[in-house]
Amino acid sequence: MKIGVLALQGAVTEHMQMLSALDAETIPVRIPSELNGLDALVIPGGESTTISKLMSDYGLMEPIRKLAEQCFPIFGTCAGLVLLAKRVPNLEMETIGVMDIEVKRNAFGRQVDSFEANLEIPALHNGNFRGVFIRAPVVEKAESDVEVLCKLSDKPVAVRQGKLLACAFHPELTEDLRLHRYFLDIIKGDTDCKK
Amino acid sequence: METGTFKVKSGLAQMLKGGVIMDVVTPEHAKIAQEAGACAVMALERVPADIRAAGGVARMADPTIIKAIMEAVSIPVMAKCRIGHFVEAQVLEALGVDFIDESEVLTPADESHHIWKHDFKVPFVCGCRDLGEALRRIAEGAAMIRTKGEAGTGNIVEAVRHMRAVQDGIRKLQGMPVDELTTEAKNMGAPLEVALEIHKTGKLPVVNFAAGGIATPADAALMMQLGADGVFVGSGVFKSSDPASRAKAIVKATTHYKDPAVIAEVSKALGTAMPGLDIKTIPPEELLATRGW
Repeated sequence: MKIGVLALQGAVTEHMQMLSALDAETIPVRIPSELNGLDALVIPGGESTTISKLMSDYGLMEPIRKLAEQCFPIFGTCAGLVLLAKRVPNLEMETIGVMDIEVKRNAFGRQVDSFEANLEIPALHNGNFRGVFIRAPVVEKAESDVEVLCKLSDKPVAVRQGKLLACAFHPELTEDLRLHRYFLDIIKGDTDCKK
Repeated sequence: METGTFKVKSGLAQMLKGGVIMDVVTPEHAKIAQEAGACAVMALERVPADIRAAGGVARMADPTIIKAIMEAVSIPVMAKCRIGHFVEAQVLEALGVDFIDESEVLTPADESHHIWKHDFKVPFVCGCRDLGEALRRIAEGAAMIRTKGEAGTGNIVEAVRHMRAVQDGIRKLQGMPVDELTTEAKNMGAPLEVALEIHKTGKLPVVNFAAGGIATPADAALMMQLGADGVFVGSGVFKSSDPASRAKAIVKATTHYKDPAVIAEVSKALGTAMPGLDIKTIPPEELLATRGW
C-alpha cells in the first residue's frame, strides 16, 4: 500500500514513521505529479494557513479535491481537519473543502491553553486514546452523513465521512498506532462514498 | 485536561517544522509574513540589524506591539526575552505569546544562568553554537533549539558553522562506546542523561531550526539540506528591498529545499537582499553569538 504524506510543512516525518511501522510505503507529496499511483493521502498537523498557501501555489488544491470526490481516502490531523472542512469561519484562505463539517480554528485558545486529554474512541480497540491538542480546532457542526468518532466537552474532535477521516488532535505525536491502523482499514475497506 | 506538558510544548515546535518564522515589528509586517506563508512570526520592537546598529541595552519588546501583532494574525506569535530574565518571560507568558525565544539578540540579564524553563507553560526556543550548548538548554526545559548564527549580519557563515557543529556532536555521541559518554558529556558541558538519549536515538529530542544570517532563498535551502527542521529569518526579509516577494520566495525554498529548479525559479528578480556584514569586521565584544554559554 502506497500512502502519500502532504510534505509542504508540519509534522510530516512523524506520520511517515507511524505509517512505516504499519508496513505501508510512504511518499512525501510536494507537487501534483507525486499524487500519481497513491492509495491514500495524509494531511499532517502544521500551520493550516501556510499549508493552504503552498497547496494553492503549487496546484495541489484541485487535484486533491478531485481525488476526494472520487472516494480517495484522506486522513487529516489538526491543520488537516481544517483543510478538509467545507466551512471554516473567518478564514482568509482556500480549503480543500470536501467534508460536510464546520470547523473553528484555535477553538481552545492560544498555545498556553494547549493540552493533553484522555479520549474515548469507541471505533478503536480499547477505546481510550491520549489526545494531544495543540492550538487545536474543533468541529462546530457536522452534517448527518458525518460520523462522529469522538467528542470532547460535547464537541466532535474526530470525524469520518466515507473514506475521509479527520481529527483535531495529533495521534502523530504519540506512540499509539491505532488511529493510523483504523485509517488503513478504511483504505482496504469497501466504503460506499455516495451520499 | 493537562496543560503545559512537555509533549504539548515540544509538539508545537514539531508543527512548525518545514516552515519559516519571520521577525516582524508591526502588525502590517506580520500580515505580510502570514500572507507569504510564514508558519509563525517573532514580534519585536526592532529587527536584529537595527538592534546591532543602535547599540545600548536591548530589552523585551513593548507589550503594546506584541499584543497588536497577536491580534493581526492567526499564526503563532513568538517574542524574545533576555537571557536569564525570567520576569520578562513571565510577562510574555501572561500576554499569551505562543513561544518565547530566550535570545542572545537582546542584552543578557544574567551572565551565569539561563531561565529554568520547566517552570513555564509556554514553550521556549533557545540558541546554540554546538551540541553541548543545545543539550544544556534542553536540560533546562527548552522545547525547541535553533542555531545562533550571527543575527543581523545577513551572513550565513556562523549559522552553517553552528549547524555543522551540532550535527557533528550528534554523530560523535552516537558512534561512541557507552563507557566513554560520561567524559564526553563532561567535556561538552552537557548533562549525561540527555547525552545518553542522543547516544541511543542519534537525534535531538526537540526540533532544531536554523537562525542568524539567512538572507536569501538559497540560504534557507542550504540550512535545510544541512539538517535544519526549519528556519528563522530575522532582518533578512524586512531589510531587503522587496519584503513580500522575498518572504514568499524563502518560504517556497524552505519547502522545496531539495529541488534546485524551484529555488532557482523563486530566486529570480527579488531585488536587493539586506546589506551583509563580514563577521571578521565585527569587534569581538559586539558578537551576539558569544552571549549565553
